[in-house]
Amino acid sequence: MKNTPSVEQHLDIYRRMLLVRHLEERLGALHKEGRTRGPIHRCDGQEAVGVAATAALEAGDKVATTHRGHAVYIGKGMAMRPVVAEIFGRATGACGGRAGHMLVADAEKGVIGGNAIVGAGIPAAAGMALSMQILGTGNVAMCVFGDGAAQTGICHEAMNMAGLWKLPVVFVLEHNQFGLTVPSDVQSPVADLSIRAAGYAMPAEIVDGNDAVAVYRAVAAMAERARRGEGPGMVECKTYRVEGFSTSDMGGYQKPEDIAAWKARDPLIISRKALLGDVGEARLADIEAAAKAETDEAFEIALSDPMPQFLVDEACNPYSEAR
Amino acid sequence: MAMMRYAEALNAALREEMQADPSVFLFGEDIGRYGGVFKVTKGLMEEFGEKRVRDTPISEQALTAMAVTAAMTGTRPVLEIMYADFIPLSLDALVNQASIYNYIWNGQVKMPFVVRTQGGGGAGAGAQHSKALDSMLAQIPGIKVVAPSTPADAKGMLKAAIRDSQPVIFLEHKLLYNIRGEVPEGDVIVQLGKAATVREGSDISIFATSKMVVEATKAADLLAADGVSAEIVDLRSLRPLDVDAIVASIAKTHHAVVVNEGWRFCGYAAELSATIMDHVFDELDAPVARVTLPDMPIPYSEPLETAMLPSAEKIRAAALKTLK
Repeated sequence: MKNTPSVEQHLDIYRRMLLVRHLEERLGALHKEGRTRGPIHRCDGQEAVGVAATAALEAGDKVATTHRGHAVYIGKGMAMRPVVAEIFGRATGACGGRAGHMLVADAEKGVIGGNAIVGAGIPAAAGMALSMQILGTGNVAMCVFGDGAAQTGICHEAMNMAGLWKLPVVFVLEHNQFGLTVPSDVQSPVADLSIRAAGYAMPAEIVDGNDAVAVYRAVAAMAERARRGEGPGMVECKTYRVEGFSTSDMGGYQKPEDIAAWKARDPLIISRKALLGDVGEARLADIEAAAKAETDEAFEIALSDPMPQFLVDEACNPYSEAR
Repeated sequence: MAMMRYAEALNAALREEMQADPSVFLFGEDIGRYGGVFKVTKGLMEEFGEKRVRDTPISEQALTAMAVTAAMTGTRPVLEIMYADFIPLSLDALVNQASIYNYIWNGQVKMPFVVRTQGGGGAGAGAQHSKALDSMLAQIPGIKVVAPSTPADAKGMLKAAIRDSQPVIFLEHKLLYNIRGEVPEGDVIVQLGKAATVREGSDISIFATSKMVVEATKAADLLAADGVSAEIVDLRSLRPLDVDAIVASIAKTHHAVVVNEGWRFCGYAAELSATIMDHVFDELDAPVARVTLPDMPIPYSEPLETAMLPSAEKIRAAALKTLK
């Protein structure tokens, strides 16, 4: 099938999904021990969207993501240590500890960046695509956004301009069924939000968001089209938020049977099953052990990394003009 | 030197910067085919094409957000927001996006974009098309806010704003577009953050920006007839603020009137008063006088609007009172 990832590409997607899962579970455990700071928004069970969508991009392409962006950070090529160090507010973090887990950016890797104003990543990606179009770089921008963000006014404004100007941007809708605690069907009259793409003259495809290969194929096709100058496209990835909104979520509003059903369709299970026939148990076990070791090492180093110092007169400090 | 209208000076700055740098592009409502509702972008779509001069849908929220990330990724966008009254629609992009990234992302990105807009009253445009809103914008850290009062500064400061590596809000005034003045020929830059003493005086200092400099100049003429020698400092840039120029002027006159076309409560005039107190309190012989808009919506009918707006006569009255 066109745009199917190679086995090696799929293995790399699987490896990165494992890293993200370890990251999320470790953060959950450390939160329980009172060792994290502020809310943390885990993406357990949604890793296929962020990882496989960014796997379909090139190095020079750029992505804007949500407050739940760990899979995008790791998917787009960031190493574990700067991500973990950022989450723990260390000087060695990707942003020197200033951003925290929701706002991570790595300009060199094209992660620009996490955004905790729901919906704001959509025009952010459109703006990057506008720049790419004007400069003729041949790159594409991507926005990973949720079903909650799809209800904002700025989503309409940005998609309208993307369609109007044929901007090279791929809109990846990570439909995890909830905007904080409110289910999607209490926020929108339509279940398939991508039917709105027609109103912006852009194609859309709905895929199983827990199937990394399906996500990759659909996103790669839209990215290819955008790169050719044919304009934006949307991929609606159906998934489910198995953890709470954040570590501060008290729960109680998700049906246990829904959670169980989606956990049975975990993206790691789906990819592992597909890969087992291709490469065999031993190769997968090696990758799994390596991902675990990489996570352990990143946490061990990051947690002993130094905390940042506040300096008033730094060049990029807004207080530097104070007198 | 060439005699130019303020709008023509802005147009010349845009043209020259677009000729010099292919990464500069313009977008906004009605700016292309029509040339802008205040004609600032006249002729630019014809010269530079539809890719670099874009008419846009009415989408201030997304347009401003797009300027932020376009600027991060290699272009220099100049966005026109037709009225400053529409800027509240842009506030997420300014307050939660542009303001934070230089610091929060630890210097990883530059954001060389300019938002041009125009505010101010006196044209009978009513409560939703007459506000200055400069105070609100100047409060946002990480963003420069400038408001030139002459054609020469309009051109030189817009060129500087476009070349700046961080966000600049460029405030114009609907009643300044047709004023004329001498503008130096060629590539002359006016550095942002520097005030200009536009009239020397010895008894009292009047600090103002944009159209309020015009009112202050008229007030200085009235005060001269009263036997008062007023110094006028055109701040030109609200942020960064040229504190040295303020201190130097008050050290000479020992009296100050601060003028701002925006609201009084938590407004820019209050910030100027506090800044004066922080830096040069010991030189003051009297409290700082504030001349501002009252804390009300701007009404439509001419006598109502005129009664509200800061004016030369109000500046004169405030000066005389503080000199008593």
